[in-house]
Amino acid sequence: MLTILFDGIAYGMLLFVLAVGLAVTMGLMNFINLAHGAFAMVGGYITILLMQRQGVPFLVCLPLAFAGSALLGAVLERTLYRPLYHKPHLDQVLFSLGLTFMAAASVDYFVGSSMQIVQLPEWLKGRTEIGSGDWVLGMGHYRLFIIVICGALTLALQYVLAKTRFGSRLRASVDDQRVAAGLGINVNAVFLSTFAVGSGLAGLGGALGADVLGMDPGFPLKFMIYFLIVVAVGGTSSITGPLLAALLLGIADVAGKYYIPKLGAFIVYSLMIVILVWRPQGLFVRKGGRS
Amino acid sequence: MNKHRCLRLLALCAAVALASLSTLDQVAAAEENSFKIGLILPMTGQQASTGRQIEAAARLYMAQNGDTVAGKKIQLIVKDDTTVADVTKRLAQELVVSDKVNVLAGFGITPSALATASIATQSKTPSIVMAAATSSVTEASPYFVRTSFTVPQASVSMADWAPKNGLKKVVTLVSDYGPGIDAEKFFKDRFIFNGGLVLDSLRVPLRNPDFAPFLQKVRDLKPDALFVFVPSGAGAAVMKQFLERGMDKAGIKLIGTGDVTDDDQLNDMGDGALGVVTSHHYSAAHTSALNKKFVDAFMKANKGMRPNFMAVSGYDGMRVIYEALRATKGNGNGDALLAAMKGQIFESPRGPVFIDAQTRDIVQNIYLRKVERAKDGQLYNIEFDVIKDVKDPGKSH
Repeated sequence: MLTILFDGIAYGMLLFVLAVGLAVTMGLMNFINLAHGAFAMVGGYITILLMQRQGVPFLVCLPLAFAGSALLGAVLERTLYRPLYHKPHLDQVLFSLGLTFMAAASVDYFVGSSMQIVQLPEWLKGRTEIGSGDWVLGMGHYRLFIIVICGALTLALQYVLAKTRFGSRLRASVDDQRVAAGLGINVNAVFLSTFAVGSGLAGLGGALGADVLGMDPGFPLKFMIYFLIVVAVGGTSSITGPLLAALLLGIADVAGKYYIPKLGAFIVYSLMIVILVWRPQGLFVRKGGRS
Repeated sequence: MNKHRCLRLLALCAAVALASLSTLDQVAAAEENSFKIGLILPMTGQQASTGRQIEAAARLYMAQNGDTVAGKKIQLIVKDDTTVADVTKRLAQELVVSDKVNVLAGFGITPSALATASIATQSKTPSIVMAAATSSVTEASPYFVRTSFTVPQASVSMADWAPKNGLKKVVTLVSDYGPGIDAEKFFKDRFIFNGGLVLDSLRVPLRNPDFAPFLQKVRDLKPDALFVFVPSGAGAAVMKQFLERGMDKAGIKLIGTGDVTDDDQLNDMGDGALGVVTSHHYSAAHTSALNKKFVDAFMKANKGMRPNFMAVSGYDGMRVIYEALRATKGNGNGDALLAAMKGQIFESPRGPVFIDAQTRDIVQNIYLRKVERAKDGQLYNIEFDVIKDVKDPGKSH
């Protein structure tokens, strides 16, 4: 029982880190970026290739995956995304979907289409069990590691957005670009760095998830649905919304597959429908922002 | 558009058509003496490793045995179906209609083979199935001949071996698609027949992100062993999560068909794979002079890539085509070739094999293997037991 809960939380945390960048670009910057999963894939492949071919240790790969995807995000934001900020949503969807297919095809071409295998360091491979009987809690060390990292990231993000000057600049730019620019905020720079950090987080999520979720060129498409569910259910206006949504989904998915394996694949979607019927705007909506 | 431009365009078209007609004549003359094999494989997409292995093996066979048989020059045309059945069908049609191939071959996945069945039947083109492993494939067209294996062949062999070796209570875990369901059904029936107990049968969605909940369920059911069938590629993920969950320490053994410990990936799976027992028709470590020669030549020609069970099917498939052409003295007629393919008995790198004339399916030994570290430090499936001349149990009705 507790083990299932634990696995669900780990899975949810992973989904959160993967999807939070999308929540930021979609909710704060009002841009629908379906290519978000492609950045996650880039992070995953950076880790895999560095580990397999260069023998770089896993812990060093993680920041590199973040940096690599963030850099790519920044370059693409400046060159491709920025001109599309003021285009209709359909254009943005078509553009980013095309980008996703291109990313998948190029990974297929350069690395190959087979599922990649990550060899975790020994100290992350074990498992600890606490308690006994029905209340036994089995914790895979790697999943524990995921929860710790993702938890720390969440706190840091929440702090930056709510408490720092950059956070208030970002919120100001989002609410009204013209006024924010008039007040001397460099809106372009704010958006650029936000987009880069969002992509970087996706990359980090991909790197962390490569072991659990598997990494192949189909990754961005396979998980696009999950990202969108997290964002749709959680609402796009805060960090806490997607976090709770991701945890809810993770736990529901894992528990559903455990208790009713035959229906396992449907549970997440049914849950999403129920929540969206109940609250079409998502679980958490910020009041006062311009819609 | 004005009239002049229109006329000019028409004239141009006519000129092009004429030119191509005359070249066609020349080509036709050259074709008298050629024998074409249309090899349709997934070279990209999910099953790309299958395509890579089969193509490499087919080319190796041609390099070793020359490209002229019974006075005909063998021409191999390789097409990529991107692991999509619709594309396979379209390519097969093109190959039959415009390239006029004598034989079709390849077919990485079951849907690809099934989609091509009607084309093979209508055009009377013998088609060598080199991968697709669902039992019913050869029943889809009387022109299908299979040189790979069938999932039931491998599954029942495991169901025969397991109860004799102390594995009485088993949970099955398969991917929810044709071959997976085949594996579950045939394993279960035979295992229960042999006095075993199947505690639960879990089906995992084909695109399943995380095996954790399913494996936790298995752990809580406490079976003696977990029987797994997943598409090659996903095998490594299952194995890793199996260990991560400490299921080996809880006394659960991992067994399955050889897809789980595919030679193509086995060496990357690490120590976790050690001791996993599988049943399959081919291991690169099979001890025979012929296999040693095959593996060495294959690795030499392909930058050290190890041949897997797909490669050996491609290699044997080419052998079946060559010998059929030789037996018919260079006659490219479909029915004559088909008749010459049926009943071939030969020594393959995997061991003795036989193309059953009735079912056009392959009869072969199924080996029980355990993953061990060989002398060269690499992981291999080491064969330790054999069930001789296994027919496809899917057709014994």
